[in-house]
Amino acid sequence: KKTRSSFMDKLNRLFANFRSVDEDFFEDLEDTLIESDVGFDMAVKLTDELRDEVKLQNAKDSEAVKNVIVKKMIDIYDEAGNGENNNINLVNDGLSVIMFVGVNGVGKTTTIGKMAKLYKNQGKKVLLAAADTFRAGAIQQLNVWAQRDGVDIVKKEEGSDPAAVVYEAVQKAQKDNYDVLFVDTAGRLQNKVNLMNELAKMKKVLTREIPEAPHEVLLTLDATTGQNALNQAKLFKEVTNVTGIVLTKLDGTAKGGIILAIRNELHLPVKYVGLGEKVTDLSKFNPSEYVYGLFKDLVN
Amino acid sequence: MAFEGLTERLQKAMRSLRGKGKVSESDLRETMREIRLALLEADVNFTVVRKFVKNIRERAKGADVLEGLNPAQQIVKIVNEELTKTMGETDVPLNKSEKIPTIIMMAGLQGAGKTTTAGKLALKLKKEENARPLMIAADIYRPAAIDQLEQVGKQIEVPVFQMGTDIEPLDIVKAGLAQAKENHNDYVLIDTAGRLQIDEKLMDELKDIKAYAKPDEILLVVDAMTGQNAVETAEGFNDALDITGVVLTKLDGDTRGGAALSIRDVTNKPIKFVGQGEKMTALDVFHPDRMASRILGMGDILSLIEKT
Ligand SMILES: Nc1nc2c(ncn2[C@@H]2O[C@H](COP(=O)(O)OP(=O)(O)OP(=O)(O)O)[C@@H](O)[C@H]2O)c(=O)[nH]1
Ligand SMILES: Nc1nc2c(ncn2[C@@H]2O[C@H](COP(=O)(O)OP(=O)(O)OP(=O)(O)O)[C@@H](O)[C@H]2O)c(=O)[nH]1
Ligand SMILES: [Mg+2]
Ligand SMILES: [Mg+2]
Repeated sequence: KKTRSSFMDKLNRLFANFRSVDEDFFEDLEDTLIESDVGFDMAVKLTDELRDEVKLQNAKDSEAVKNVIVKKMIDIYDEAGNGENNNINLVNDGLSVIMFVGVNGVGKTTTIGKMAKLYKNQGKKVLLAAADTFRAGAIQQLNVWAQRDGVDIVKKEEGSDPAAVVYEAVQKAQKDNYDVLFVDTAGRLQNKVNLMNELAKMKKVLTREIPEAPHEVLLTLDATTGQNALNQAKLFKEVTNVTGIVLTKLDGTAKGGIILAIRNELHLPVKYVGLGEKVTDLSKFNPSEYVYGLFKDLVN
Repeated sequence: MAFEGLTERLQKAMRSLRGKGKVSESDLRETMREIRLALLEADVNFTVVRKFVKNIRERAKGADVLEGLNPAQQIVKIVNEELTKTMGETDVPLNKSEKIPTIIMMAGLQGAGKTTTAGKLALKLKKEENARPLMIAADIYRPAAIDQLEQVGKQIEVPVFQMGTDIEPLDIVKAGLAQAKENHNDYVLIDTAGRLQIDEKLMDELKDIKAYAKPDEILLVVDAMTGQNAVETAEGFNDALDITGVVLTKLDGDTRGGAALSIRDVTNKPIKFVGQGEKMTALDVFHPDRMASRILGMGDILSLIEKT
């Protein structure tokens, strides 16, 4: 809710100061978009397109300009989202494997803890794989979540080969008829080639055991990240074929604009959003609700 | 997703400018727009950009153009100087108490790198000053936060004081400080849980710890990839705690790190260290000039000036 009102507040503030459609106005609009983290390129592109559109429609007063702008943004957002699947891809009968990837500290392990509980509550048999064998305390952290959620976990000692953990987990999941296997991986920055290759290797282990696996590769992004989020998505996509985004820490920012950028520049669907540290602080992402919520009080 | 640096941006803008004696209005307009966009693209907060650009404009207007430069190059030179100046002094050392122990408290958002940085700092002090630090585990919220700090402690052979997760952080800190006194530890590093600056209850917890422990150093740990939000975070923590310094983490990534400029601008507190990796040795002192070129996306201002 905070995301929405705040973005709207900003647009409203912009229009409150509206005098005429001149370069200063477009510069302010550009700043408003960038301030909301819609992504730099997106903000510049949008402003350029709006400049033309406003001229084309000969919009002069604040109402008319506002309508042109909001309509244009919704159009761009809708168009880019054509055919987007915001649901988690689950196998009807059999094992679904969901792998989490992302840079350091974004909320991968926490989100697994939240989602595991969600599926467990739906009556599914859930297994966690502690394939972050690198970061201090990572295995124990996932283990605490497994205990809280009342689900099983496969873990080895710190420093062991993450691919071996993945292998062991997928074996167990198949043998003991689990419904969902979550794979927690260590945080890594997208520009570290060796670490990215390690991720590709883990993925290969899964595919070798089950050709369709992993059924989801969820890139976890921190909503307070700036332009670098786009670099992250681009490079993780290249290495692991990311199928969707989990946007965490939305409770910490009033700037949900990154969602526009993710869709428009990366064509990756946001599937879940994180809204806090508690197990229940996870929401399914509803794209149309999001965008219409964003502009609700602006369009008439 | 062209992450054009200012270098490329300006080369375009500069082609149209010929060498003149003074920087003119029209030289300024085009060049300032490119600079504004480059800063925004680097995640510098837009209000900070506005202020900064305004200052540059004042300084550059009518400035004499140095020999061998064209007006745009002259403006870039001014931008680089101002940016480096804003970034602050180089190599600001840790505050030190006259009596041992010197107390250092970490604070910041969730996942910023507080626990890792506490370990890195402890190792640095051990190596450089032969110090005998103690780390206090005051994060009772994040699952396995204590295990994490203990493992870090084991790696770098620094003791960790902990009382589990059922005791209030303030009481843990009290007991930890008592132990440090008894054992004559010369440094104490307090690891705290990540929190949002708008979370009043948890911010009060930090204020209480501060009031009791009277830390010599309160380090705000910030992820270098942070976007426009950096301003609110820095302001929130600084207002509540009057921080004494900043650590910028994850600079080993490919972010431009404009958050550094925003934080510097709103807090006016020195950035003391930068984290450049997950290893315990990956902590370096902060260099304002390097950070300035990184934000501007200019490897080297001189090469830019020579190329044109
Ligand atoms: N406020 C808030 N905090 C969150 C959210 N999701 C995760 N966190 C916190 O962010 C911090 C990092 O979360 P982790 O789950 O450990 O992140 P990670 O990606 O697994 O981190 P690494 O494994 O170290 O790369 C923890 O303190 C979490 O409690 C969220 O939606 N909102
Ligand atoms: N690449 C890189 N990773 C870092 C750096 N500093 C910390 N990290 C990683 O970032 C993640 C989060 O670090 P932590 O030290 O757990 O962060 P924190 O602020 O203590 O997190 P919470 O206690 O959950 O709020 C871990 O995966 C660290 O290994 C750095 O400078 N570079
Ligand atoms: Mg993790
Ligand atoms: Mg921590």
